[in-house]
Amino acid sequence: MIPLQDRAFVAELCLARAGLKIDPEKDYLIESRLAPLARRECFSSSEAFIDALRHGADDRLAWAAVEAMAQSESEFFRDHQVFAELAGEVVPALSRARGGEPVRIWSAACGCGQEIYSLAMLLADAPGIGPVELFASDLSERSLEKAQSGRYSQFEVQRGLPSRMLVRHFEKDGEAFALSPRVRQMVRWRRVNLMDDLSRIGQFDLILCRNVLGQLAPEAASRVLEQIGAALAPGGGLLLGHNDSAGKDFVRVAPDMALYATANARARSAA
Amino acid sequence: MKTCLVVDDSRVIRKVSRRILEDLGFEVAEASDGVEAMAWCSAVMPDVILLDWRMPAMDGLEFLKKLRAQPNGAEPKVVFCSVENDLEAIREALDAGADEYIMKPFDGGIIAGKLGYLGLVA
Repeated sequence: MIPLQDRAFVAELCLARAGLKIDPEKDYLIESRLAPLARRECFSSSEAFIDALRHGADDRLAWAAVEAMAQSESEFFRDHQVFAELAGEVVPALSRARGGEPVRIWSAACGCGQEIYSLAMLLADAPGIGPVELFASDLSERSLEKAQSGRYSQFEVQRGLPSRMLVRHFEKDGEAFALSPRVRQMVRWRRVNLMDDLSRIGQFDLILCRNVLGQLAPEAASRVLEQIGAALAPGGGLLLGHNDSAGKDFVRVAPDMALYATANARARSAA
Repeated sequence: MKTCLVVDDSRVIRKVSRRILEDLGFEVAEASDGVEAMAWCSAVMPDVILLDWRMPAMDGLEFLKKLRAQPNGAEPKVVFCSVENDLEAIREALDAGADEYIMKPFDGGIIAGKLGYLGLVA
């Protein structure tokens, strides 16, 4: 087992760099996330890896540790009704409101890309939806590389992806399933740490940030909400996970999905 | 309680599937090939059929086509469950009337996800 003081060090590192809330008591979680990374980096154990981090290992390793701890399970069409509503109602409404200008959509913690690709597949199949620009970002370079490749294992394509979508949008490539270039090319990728200054990230009509806030320390979650609120274009929507709390600066605008608008923007448009 | 017919010539697969499906709240019946499955369906049509492809007597695809040609054969959801993982084969199964397709090996999460997508599991 990793000693408690080492686990506390990892938790502190994750909090400082990415605002992550890691409970040092969860030794199994920390071990299961760090062990594969330690092996990949040729350390004899997770303890040896953490020891190197504590004694000034290079920054790349420290980030790799934070990224490994930040990883979360991801699947296609998670809460699939939400995607039907996004593609069927939310995006078309935004598109009409933009009057032919592209609707800009940002998946703010995209993991290995399943969320943004799920939406991209639906939008690629939707006739006359108007132009959309899809952006996706994540803390982890490793996840981004995989996302960008659009290659998934047999196990991954069976998580949430309907078989009809599989045969429509994927090709078999050896043992992997590769998403069609047509859908892949709809998305632009970038590494973003949501803790960094995001004032120059641009404006988006729809921001997807589901099941992220719950992983963050309270101050970090507030900072992310504030920064995301500032990146929402007027009339834009923020989609959170079912269990995420939006705080007082947002108001929920849909009864059956966790879609929010900034409270002050709404006040402005009402005035 | 919803019923599921598991059609597979492997006793082990039937057993594993049964355990997963019972945990999801299904009442489970088993058949070891298409002929046996057809006999089941003539007696009582299940809500969902988990269907292997390669089987002696009558294979999954032949069974599916025969089933869909029956008067009430459109009713059950059919989920293919096969080691066959070529997209052409999956397309053929879907075109023949399968609602979903699972590539073996599978686990409880995959079955629950597919049945959830078909509205059979909350």
